[in-house]
Amino acid sequence: MRGQEISVAATILALAAALAATNPQYFAPDNLSDLFLTNVPVLFVALGMTLVILTGEIDISVGSVFAVTSVLAGIIAKSGAPPFLALFSACLAGAALGTINGALVSYLRIPSIVVTLAAMVALRDALRWSTQGAWIENLPASFQWMGLSQSSYPAVMLILALAVSIILSWVSRNVGVGRAIYAIGSNEESARLAGLNTNAIKVSVFAVLGALTGTAAALNSARFNQIPSNTGLGLELKVIASVVIGGAAVTGGSGTVLGTVLGVVLMAAIGPALTFWGINAYWEKAIQGLIILVAITAGTIRARWPQGARFAPAEHA
Amino acid sequence: MAVLVEAKNISKSFAGVHALRDISFELCSGEVHALVGENGAGKSTLVKVITGAVEPDDGTLTILGELAARLTPSQARALGVAAIYQQPSLFPDLTVAENIALAVESKDIWRRVDWKERVKLAGDVLVRAGAALDPMRTVKTLSMPEQQIVEIAKAIGAEAKVVIMDEPTAPLTDREAKSLFQVIDNLRAQGAGIIYISHRLEEVTAIADRVTVLRDGETVDTLPVQDIDRAKLIELMVGRPINAVFPKRTVPIGEQMLELRGLGSKAARIRDISLSVRRGEILGIAGLVGSGRTPLAETIFGLTPADSGEIRIGGATVRVDSPRAAIASGIGYVPEDRRQHGVVLEMPIFANTSLANLDCVSTGGWIRHREERELAERYIGQLRVKAPSPYAKARTLSGGNQQKIALARWLAIKPRVLILDEPTQGVDVGSKSEIHALMMDLAEQGVAIVMISSELPEILGMSDRIAVMRAGQLAGVVNRDEATQAKILSLAVIE
Repeated sequence: MRGQEISVAATILALAAALAATNPQYFAPDNLSDLFLTNVPVLFVALGMTLVILTGEIDISVGSVFAVTSVLAGIIAKSGAPPFLALFSACLAGAALGTINGALVSYLRIPSIVVTLAAMVALRDALRWSTQGAWIENLPASFQWMGLSQSSYPAVMLILALAVSIILSWVSRNVGVGRAIYAIGSNEESARLAGLNTNAIKVSVFAVLGALTGTAAALNSARFNQIPSNTGLGLELKVIASVVIGGAAVTGGSGTVLGTVLGVVLMAAIGPALTFWGINAYWEKAIQGLIILVAITAGTIRARWPQGARFAPAEHA
Repeated sequence: MAVLVEAKNISKSFAGVHALRDISFELCSGEVHALVGENGAGKSTLVKVITGAVEPDDGTLTILGELAARLTPSQARALGVAAIYQQPSLFPDLTVAENIALAVESKDIWRRVDWKERVKLAGDVLVRAGAALDPMRTVKTLSMPEQQIVEIAKAIGAEAKVVIMDEPTAPLTDREAKSLFQVIDNLRAQGAGIIYISHRLEEVTAIADRVTVLRDGETVDTLPVQDIDRAKLIELMVGRPINAVFPKRTVPIGEQMLELRGLGSKAARIRDISLSVRRGEILGIAGLVGSGRTPLAETIFGLTPADSGEIRIGGATVRVDSPRAAIASGIGYVPEDRRQHGVVLEMPIFANTSLANLDCVSTGGWIRHREERELAERYIGQLRVKAPSPYAKARTLSGGNQQKIALARWLAIKPRVLILDEPTQGVDVGSKSEIHALMMDLAEQGVAIVMISSELPEILGMSDRIAVMRAGQLAGVVNRDEATQAKILSLAVIE
């Protein structure tokens, strides 16, 4: 583990220890299961976001993509199609939207913050206009829990979350495309000169993020009876915060999948912990913000003082 | 002559490593004092001491008669010290006038800005710097030499008495370097003292009055320029006699490997270029900056694909529309700006050496980490890269070693054609001759080499044939035995 991962893991352990001492009911299976299911979508989107941030780009349209694909999954489910078809369609639609974002970023060289800001607003308002603000209600029972039993659903989700995390972590370290993602984030021009197809790889990471967002949206919808039209609002902030807390540099080229997983766990655990401690819910966001600031400051300070390197004489080449 | 800078017994160590040990150095008014030494000899640290960027552990520094203890960079500037680095450090989005004003005007943040005065003043100092640049141009639209001029204008505008130049000619062609020397002469005549750092020893002997040689943080000697020559200088720098001539040797020249037929690209502004390079041959490409040497390389490598003509490799026409396609055809390209393009600074050595060649160290996309590491270790050994391990980040290496890593990346693809753009620019003397020796080894193995260089001795010393570019076209090709500096220059400039 790297420095940032260790400090996030330590923070999680400290938080867990404090909770165990003061509020052992936090660890009741029901609470943990609920906490986990609420945050599986965040994890999926954050894993995709890690890849995008590693290439030095960002996608702030994930909340809107999440809403659009949630509604799409709901409509397909209501039409009587089997749950997996709703899941598959949402995944595909997410990938398509991600591909559009990625293509605008890499082939037209528009900054990703601009492209995805436009996508964020456009998709959200297009959805509001087309649904007239109405919720998708009365989702069929067959769609509930993706057709699984309520008791087996969390287990399946756990396996799925672990599988996606492990695969992405493995790919990022051991497959050529993973290396290429890091190289692009470190120095895109240099990566291109080394013969890497930088544009195609950038489009792909946006597409993967879209696909994971769509998947997360469908899985999340299956937990409820209805889909609010404002679902996914603010998701991008939560996701980007988790990735950054996990140690990824927003400038690209540095970060790990493991770091993101830990970042998601910390962000997920802290909110309910505050509730358990009886801290006013209004403080939750402020305290989350504080944690982000502390995590980033710690990371920056560490980066500036790598063991003694600050004192090495820097000769002009 | 007045003494401008006097450094006595300066020592400085970083984390226990001596960067400077008991150094004494003196700069007089009206002199050009060259500072030479290999990378890591302590030149930059000494400069940083004089500019106030680094505080010495021991010793005294006197600038213009004032004892400068605990000197800060702004105090140094106020005393009249100006430094010009290899890479201009200007504000790219501001105009020339604004850049000059920032060096000249008072630092009071509430001062009134008189725009007319600013532009006039900028115009004046530019004239004194010997250049007719429009003060209203945005700096990022200027060429590298023009930016260098702005840096000099800043120093002149600030009435600097001590001007430090660190490798100022590295990005310049010979002709531009000559006009820089003119400016240096003017500064000298006005009574300024110039500390001149360069790896180009011909320059040092041509421009300097005195030379101080540093080695491993110590002063080897300070000599008047008439007492030394190139060979002596190298011997003092390296501490051992070094073969100052180029390691050129005769290697068997084989069949045609790379052939360009009427190659042109509107985007790259080159047209109608027909050339050929054979196995084992080194083709030098000479020309002024802006003559299209690098754009030609970028067209061959598929960065700016050709829109007319053809590229043939080993007798077969190939379509090179991307670096990927070029690599697949066996073309490697070591770009000019190694820090920006040649290596990925934040990545470890092993990832840099395998980056263009991931397929060869992986099976079905899976990277075989051990082979990847062994590849890096092999090249670290073969190219004598000074690095603690294959896991060291490229950023931590010196310029010469970074260049070796940039080369290793392309050796790993086993290229048939290798294009080297300024392979030894800003590289210390030792690494330079190692890189030249390596080029000969590659030629011997049958690689066709294309070498772009602004350094005429390098072009003349290493090339079998020399292609001279002018305004995006081929001005002529000269054989090794007929090539002289004059002949190449006349092809490069005369219409």
